[in-house]
Amino acid sequence: MTMQPDLEANPGTILETARTQVLEQGIGLSESQLVEILRLPDRDLPAALQIAHEVRLRHCGEDVEVEGIISIKTGGCPEDCHFCSQSGLFDSPVRGVWLDIPELVKAAKETAATGATEFCIVAAVRGPDIKLMNQIKFAIDRINEAVDINIACSLGMLTQRQVDQLAAWGVHRYNHNLETARSYFPEVVTTHSYEERLDTCNMVKAAGMELCCGALIGMGESLEQRAELAAQLAALEPHEVPLNFLNPRPGTPLENQGIMDGKDALRAIAAFRLAMPRTVLRYAGGRELTLGDLGTRQGLRGGINAIIVGNYLTTLGRPADADLNLLVELNMPIKELQKTL
Amino acid sequence: MIPNRSSGPTGSTTGSAAMFCGHCGVPSDGGDSPASDVHHRCGERLAMEPPRYCAACRRRMKVQVTPLGWTAECSRHGVLAP
Repeated sequence: MTMQPDLEANPGTILETARTQVLEQGIGLSESQLVEILRLPDRDLPAALQIAHEVRLRHCGEDVEVEGIISIKTGGCPEDCHFCSQSGLFDSPVRGVWLDIPELVKAAKETAATGATEFCIVAAVRGPDIKLMNQIKFAIDRINEAVDINIACSLGMLTQRQVDQLAAWGVHRYNHNLETARSYFPEVVTTHSYEERLDTCNMVKAAGMELCCGALIGMGESLEQRAELAAQLAALEPHEVPLNFLNPRPGTPLENQGIMDGKDALRAIAAFRLAMPRTVLRYAGGRELTLGDLGTRQGLRGGINAIIVGNYLTTLGRPADADLNLLVELNMPIKELQKTL
Repeated sequence: MIPNRSSGPTGSTTGSAAMFCGHCGVPSDGGDSPASDVHHRCGERLAMEPPRYCAACRRRMKVQVTPLGWTAECSRHGVLAP
């Protein structure tokens, strides 16, 4: 993924527009402008990443937010998200398993010791039932007794009562991804609708929790649909956008989908940053496969300002030390806990 | 149960012959096909994800991934850890 540096933005081009509109005025690019970013030739990619990095520094600061994620309930999900190895509807090798609370607390402590300020508890469910909500309440109390770390949750679609409960229990951020563009969603999920996802996202925001709402790209969507997704996320104004790249999982309908091109992934990083200049843009699943070590560096200098440390829910990430050392090398300080409260 | 055994590069248990691939569950020797064809990406995959199949009996294992580790439990052969 070696690229010749060509960092000049020519007048009248989309990059010059990005410099004026996003960097200087703080106004995200529109959907049609994002298509232009996603179609940039390779020679313009370094300049796009450079502008995206400057936007991130000016509008978000130099800190990088570090988070750990963990599955409290793995597998057996009744939904049919075609990318997910945890659906009970596919012939996936992932078995159902529940994590007990002492192990969860231990993981929270280990995560905090890396410098992470966020710990996200995830369950593979359509939405939480009473049993899961009770477990979450118990887990939050035990983690808060043991360690200083912000607790986030990702428990699928919520009712208003559940939203209110999580907010009252001190969950400061809730993850619920759009995953893909509205126009492509029916190709990826048939057991619930885009609108149902939006409903949960809007309730989370209205309750005062920070909304974490992410994307999964490389599922066969067009560049136009990738731009559509970025624009739809921007309209939702989430606090954080985790950016996932498809890691095709055995047994899922997308198992034979190829891994997306690394340069296209970098173009997407730049585009998402230029769509959302003030949002936390986090590296999430699949970056190791899609970008490798060099691409990871380029993305961190191209708009990304948050990482998931260590492993994902069912797959392994880079060793925590490797990413933390990389941040030191890039002179990017880890965001401290008090700055997130 | 054999607690806390460590896994080898193909998700097999230390000290026992790997009969099955920890990633795909196919016999390690490839069965009716050359092992190099069947498992050509399994080793690479197992560097990025825990084994899902017990190398001794091919049972699907209960796998728990945490931010800094993982365990994989076979109901017959116990727990694997990195």
